[in-house]
Amino acid sequence: MNQNKTQNKYSRRFFIKASSAFTTLAFVPNSIKAFYQDIKETYFTKKVTLPLSININKKTYNLNVDSRTTLLDLLRENLNLTGTKKGCDHGQCGACTIHVDGERALSCLSFAAMMQGKEITTIEGLANGDNLHPMQQAFLDHDGYQCGYCTPGQIMSAVACVNEGHANSTDEIKEFMSGNICRCGAYNGITNAIKSVAK
Amino acid sequence: MKPFELLKAESIDAALKSANATNSYISGGTNLVDLMKKQIDQPDGLIDLSHTLSNNIENTNNGVYLGAMTTNTAIAEHKTIKKDFPLISKAILAGASPQIRNMATAGGNLLQRTRCPYFYDTVMPCNKRKPNSGCGALNGHQRMAAIIGYSNSCVAVHPSDFCIALIALDADVDIVTQNGLQKTIAFQEFHRLPENNPVKDNNLPANAIITGIIIPNNKFGDSVSYVKIRERDSYAFALVSVAAALEIKNGKIKEARLASGGVAHKPWRWHQAENFLKDKEATQENFIKTADLIASHTKPLQHNTFKVSLLKGAIETALMECLTNSKRS
Repeated sequence: MNQNKTQNKYSRRFFIKASSAFTTLAFVPNSIKAFYQDIKETYFTKKVTLPLSININKKTYNLNVDSRTTLLDLLRENLNLTGTKKGCDHGQCGACTIHVDGERALSCLSFAAMMQGKEITTIEGLANGDNLHPMQQAFLDHDGYQCGYCTPGQIMSAVACVNEGHANSTDEIKEFMSGNICRCGAYNGITNAIKSVAK
Repeated sequence: MKPFELLKAESIDAALKSANATNSYISGGTNLVDLMKKQIDQPDGLIDLSHTLSNNIENTNNGVYLGAMTTNTAIAEHKTIKKDFPLISKAILAGASPQIRNMATAGGNLLQRTRCPYFYDTVMPCNKRKPNSGCGALNGHQRMAAIIGYSNSCVAVHPSDFCIALIALDADVDIVTQNGLQKTIAFQEFHRLPENNPVKDNNLPANAIITGIIIPNNKFGDSVSYVKIRERDSYAFALVSVAAALEIKNGKIKEARLASGGVAHKPWRWHQAENFLKDKEATQENFIKTADLIASHTKPLQHNTFKVSLLKGAIETALMECLTNSKRS
């Protein structure tokens, strides 16, 4: 009885049969494989992969990306830089805001393959080691968030807002931060944080 | 999204040679990428024009030239534009968000598609997206729909703010056709009404490229205004918008320009109202009469008559603002 229990459920005969079947498959002529590929391609468009050299947070990456990959998906899915958030994925909420060559932009509406040679800064690249960027500290000091999901986008946008010189009054800050939506409604904290940095 | 080839065009000639019915040009991508995600536009290839077209703003003898690749932000913040064409700057800053304005280009702005909700919802009928499928908005939700110039096949409106200022200032569009011919199209002739073919938004020949926009000099100075009424204070498309410019001499109006967004399939000029204002005193009374005249020309749909009241208010406000701005300078 005990002997039976330890026996493998696959018999020796099955193993020999299966291995010879796989070995035969490996010798299927390329012409047949190509024919299979042709059939596949008539139903599914072949994906296009492109080389990309991009600088993210002062580090150069040489990658191959699917032409459909947005900069947002490249950051989050390929490079594990998940600080940049996916909110609406349609350019309506600002959660994916990053800096391209120093200017704020939406990573969800940018194809990664079109970013060749660009310098990208994400929320991960803002702090200097353990020293937070003044805007990050200001968001902490002024309660510029509740759930925090929109916060990376808000902070990237806020840094640009001050750099652009559009943080001179509460009204101006509100107008030039309108591309970043906060469903928790932490707008007063956000405005105060930006004001404190702009001073 | 359907897989696509990406071609970085090194020159305009190369781009024109690669263009065909199954691929599409891309510059800022703020509209096209979204359309591709929603499978409304499914090109086999994209031709990236961002390294090819000019992003310069140049003063010319009779106006200013904007390269097609100039971003909205670059135009709105440019010294010459702010000083001599403040209407352009005001209109651009009334649209989109700072992030999108940093990406969106002048040429692309002209070619953006409507924001009619039925166009974006692929389970709904839409003659613009799918010819002969019907118009969902004709008897549907009409907040964003037209009040003039529409047809039974399409009641969508053009979403741009920048274009409203451009049509008010009699701009021209420089294009190059697929066989390499350079042409200039008057801005007023650029966009079209839907008629029986709403698929076509404009009169740009197939595969042609917009290379630049020319805005002629004007004598309006600071006497301009852009009033935009929308669902929230910022970052929303116009329910109605008004671009107004007045040339006032000794209290009388020498020339007036009035254009509106959110009302028609194309940026709309109110020529009759402009003629009415000519040689009239610049008074609130005359501005109210102008607003009434414009309202009498509109044909709102069943559920968007409220837009006519909004428009009347916006016309009067815009003209009054021109007057205040002219006195300030």
